[in-house]
Amino acid sequence: MDTIQVEAVQEKLEQLAGKDVYIHVETTNGAYASHNDKSFFSAGAFVRNLRFQYVHGKITGEGPYRVGLETQQGWVYAEGLTDWEIDPDGRLLLAGHDPDGRLACALELSETPFRK
Amino acid sequence: MSNEHVLVIFPHPDDEAFGVSGTILSHTEAGTPVTYICLTLGEMGRNMGRPVMANRETLPDIRLKELEEAVRLLGIQDLRRFGMRDKTVEFTDQAALVERLSDAINEIQPSKIITFYPGYAVHPDHDATGEAVIRAVRELPENNRPVVHAIAFADGSVEAIGEPDVLHDVSGYREQKLAVIEAHASQTAGLIEQVRKRTNSDFIEDMLHTERFWTYPV
Repeated sequence: MDTIQVEAVQEKLEQLAGKDVYIHVETTNGAYASHNDKSFFSAGAFVRNLRFQYVHGKITGEGPYRVGLETQQGWVYAEGLTDWEIDPDGRLLLAGHDPDGRLACALELSETPFRK
Repeated sequence: MSNEHVLVIFPHPDDEAFGVSGTILSHTEAGTPVTYICLTLGEMGRNMGRPVMANRETLPDIRLKELEEAVRLLGIQDLRRFGMRDKTVEFTDQAALVERLSDAINEIQPSKIITFYPGYAVHPDHDATGEAVIRAVRELPENNRPVVHAIAFADGSVEAIGEPDVLHDVSGYREQKLAVIEAHASQTAGLIEQVRKRTNSDFIEDMLHTERFWTYPV
């Protein structure tokens, strides 16, 4: 993955707007966060392969970046995004890595389902 | 040893590296067959390598290659994957999982099973795996159950379930064990760096010398 280029991500978000897309979105602090630090409140969530359409999407921030996708009925939101790529299958992969390179959040959009 | 066969059952590639690889090496070097059932490919791992070498979508293939290399280093001839997804083991159809494990146990007829101690293995996938294994073993007739050596590492384990009754001195396998851990580079690069620089914790050093198991009352 490469450091996010805002214009390129924005262009891809606009290309996918109004289409049926599959989404993977997650946040994680790792499965051992509370084991390693008793005072740490472990929380995370992921959604994988929900199909939806968004009306428009936007990337903002100075880096780390935020992305918001507005749908007819609601929103998709992610923050802490640092890296991106269009993978060989044409999917938009956005990820937020902490200073040690560990994944903290991800937002991915694809016109075909992700592997389960 | 003619009828010995060890069955190792864990949810994630690299689970076999930390707590058991010295023990596995002692079995395979003695000519005892070892089968390893690995439920997932650790698809939801947070570590992506140092420097970052993977993304969420490429991680499973990278971890599969790492797993295959670790298995080769361990001398394991029989690797079986269950194709489940990381973080979801506790949510899947438990009866179906127990049935798959039962089928494997009936086929392999292991003399010993190594898995996680349910309730004391920190990660929900670990606990769910151990629980399903114990249920599968308990479906066997009482006089025909393999010994189950379980790994616990949750804080408070010793207070709750006592001291581990099986201690294996694996210091003779230190370098081989490190190589197995290192095979899982996407997950372990930071740890390996600490060991090589000798800045690793007592916990890691201890793990390279002694592997501990609780014989689970089945």
